[in-house]
Amino acid sequence: MLSRTAENLYWMARHIERAENTARVLDVAHRTSLLPLDIEGTEAYLWYAPLNITGCAVSYTAKHGLARADAVTHYMALDPDNPASIYSCLRLARENARTVRGAITSEMWQVINDTWLELNRLPQQMDHEKFRDFFDWVKDRSHLFRGVTLGTILKDIGLSFIKLGTFLERADNTARILDVKYHILLPSVSDVGGAADYYQWGSLLKSVSAFEAYQRIYRDVISPLRVSELLIFRADMPRSLHACMDEVEAALLDINGFSGQEARRLAGEQHAALHFGRIEDAFGRGLHEYLTDFLKNTALLGREIRDAYLARRDRLLIR
Amino acid sequence: MNTKILKKYFNEMYSDNGAVRDIYQSYARWLKELPDGTLERRNAEAELLFRRLGITFAVYGETKNAERLIPFDIVPRIFGAAEWQRLEQGLKQRVRALNAFLHDIYHDQEIIKAGVISAHQVLDNKLYRPEMQGVDLPNQVYAHIAGIDLVRVAENDFYVLEDNLRTPSGVSYMLENRKTMMRLFPELFVQHTIEPVEHYPQMLLNTLREAAPANVTYPVIVVMTPGSYNSAYFEHAYLASQMGVELVEGQDLFVHQQKVYMHTTDGPQQVHVIYRRVDDDFIDPRVFLPDSTLGVPGLMDAYCSGNVALANGVGTGVADDKSTYLFVPEMIRFYLGEAPLLSNVPTWRLSEPEDLSYVLAHLPELVIKEVQGSGGYGMLVGPTSTQAEIAAYKQRILAEPAKFIAQPTLALSCCPTLVESGVAPRHVDLRPFVLSGKEVRIVPGGLTRVALNDGSLVVNSSQGGGTKDTWVLED
Repeated sequence: MLSRTAENLYWMARHIERAENTARVLDVAHRTSLLPLDIEGTEAYLWYAPLNITGCAVSYTAKHGLARADAVTHYMALDPDNPASIYSCLRLARENARTVRGAITSEMWQVINDTWLELNRLPQQMDHEKFRDFFDWVKDRSHLFRGVTLGTILKDIGLSFIKLGTFLERADNTARILDVKYHILLPSVSDVGGAADYYQWGSLLKSVSAFEAYQRIYRDVISPLRVSELLIFRADMPRSLHACMDEVEAALLDINGFSGQEARRLAGEQHAALHFGRIEDAFGRGLHEYLTDFLKNTALLGREIRDAYLARRDRLLIR
Repeated sequence: MNTKILKKYFNEMYSDNGAVRDIYQSYARWLKELPDGTLERRNAEAELLFRRLGITFAVYGETKNAERLIPFDIVPRIFGAAEWQRLEQGLKQRVRALNAFLHDIYHDQEIIKAGVISAHQVLDNKLYRPEMQGVDLPNQVYAHIAGIDLVRVAENDFYVLEDNLRTPSGVSYMLENRKTMMRLFPELFVQHTIEPVEHYPQMLLNTLREAAPANVTYPVIVVMTPGSYNSAYFEHAYLASQMGVELVEGQDLFVHQQKVYMHTTDGPQQVHVIYRRVDDDFIDPRVFLPDSTLGVPGLMDAYCSGNVALANGVGTGVADDKSTYLFVPEMIRFYLGEAPLLSNVPTWRLSEPEDLSYVLAHLPELVIKEVQGSGGYGMLVGPTSTQAEIAAYKQRILAEPAKFIAQPTLALSCCPTLVESGVAPRHVDLRPFVLSGKEVRIVPGGLTRVALNDGSLVVNSSQGGGTKDTWVLED
């Protein structure tokens, strides 16, 4: 497959997945903000979290100053000037798809194109309720795209690059969503394990569609340790780091090729750590530190994938 | 107004006495029985289909709404089997002669030696490529894909308006128009026996295979596009996917030891045939425009060494130039020893003083075109222009007369077309696509372009033109 085609498929998938996950992050924030937290500057402090975990805190502050619910939501959802907004992600996904229209099915193109056209018909200003509907819509479109992809595309190397992009992005995002809890600190130590704490972990589970799974597996009250275990180590939980790395590793093995050795090694190493790791050890080191390391390794793997498959490599001929 | 057009112009559907022409009988009956508002409803469906499929084109010089739909008209243009057959023979003949001409001028130049065409006309033409002199091409084919624009002025009177031998576009519209018509009006396809066009991509693929260097058994073929911002990008991607070949940009290719390779996820892979939709000027910065980023450094070297085929070949522009156009009937006589089956439009060359003075005196009646222009840009349609426009254009002519040709304003035939006020006649032309490999092939029909504005004679999509499905009925 043409390197540039692979690159576009990979980024198309990453951008769709990122749009979905940004909707999920904003969804947690909205759910959390419904809970009264009576401390000074609650709003700014609560809404700084989604900015921080998606890495757009600096650009937001430059444009809007203090974090406010409506401004942050708009900035992360609809602002065309924010390269990480849902709007920008869907635009970039469409641009990528448009460039490789021949490599995707016409149904896939139609979903992406329809999504973009519909997005542009939405009003620029939305109230709280409308935004919740919007997040659901973004998730629906992402689900639809994934379904159409799996239902129509040839199971060849192109699909492997789509999967690679999807699951690498999802792993990255699940780690970030889980990290929200680090950023949204509770007002005081006595609140740990209290109603607010319970509510926050619960909404985090809901944001990654894992609330029902949690109940079925643990049949018990929500505890930080178990939520983290579910979202990091459980291979049967579709958005967990372990499940994502299963897919990433499988996709890399399907793609194969002699230049991908280091990428396969890195993915294998990360996968093994998740396969054999224990939540107690992760907590022992500190969850935030654990997740930070994971994100660092994911970024490293992303760079290796770029160098091995997506970049131009004429030097290979002159071996 | 409409009745005036009916009298003045040949109408594809009605004869002069108002009776429906034979080949339209069945369609006209169907149209008459259609409940009110059905056409309009299906038309709205068609637009939605096209928008969803993203069949759009970009118009240069327009920043707003950069992606526009090319308007599709749901009333088909119909040819009978016999009239199409005559056209097909004429088209094949013309393209054979054009390829023979290109081979000749890049080799022995017999036609110049025979005095049929002047050395100045060929060798001083900006689109003549001296780099091609003596380069042998497989099957001696230069223009593998030719789009020949035809207009009709009477029942049996067709003219060739221009030959497009560089990177003719529009075939994807021909294919999508048919698909859309079959989806909107399945009943029409049951009632009529219509020659299929869907096999065009396969025909193109065969033609490209035949263009491959002789020693290659399984050629790797690619479509090369200037990129996703090109106005015809949709078509490039469409054809690549229909043929099952890679769609590449210049940046995906490189040349190593006179061979062309593409960057793949599994390392470099050699390429043997490039269906390039990039103009000569941009394909190789080492030979042509040095600052082109669309091309591949070293491509010409690989091409001239015979390691890669380009379709179309380099240097075809010298044959589709509007001043060379004049000589095509002579080429047919010279190379094939046959009488031309298709006529040329009478043309004045403004480089000739006599022609110039005639044309300057008759500007309001004539159509003036730039010799090397295309796409309907920069032309003057005398009868529909204001005095001020004509005066301004006159200044351009006087500055550089040799850059222009003039032709009489042709009475382009009309075809019923759905417009806001209902079904009304609008002017049409036809671009059939002629493929040349080991043999010459044409899918029946082609792309009918229609000038949607009342009275307009300009059918180009960039100038308010639309397209129609073109039917060739089987006997």
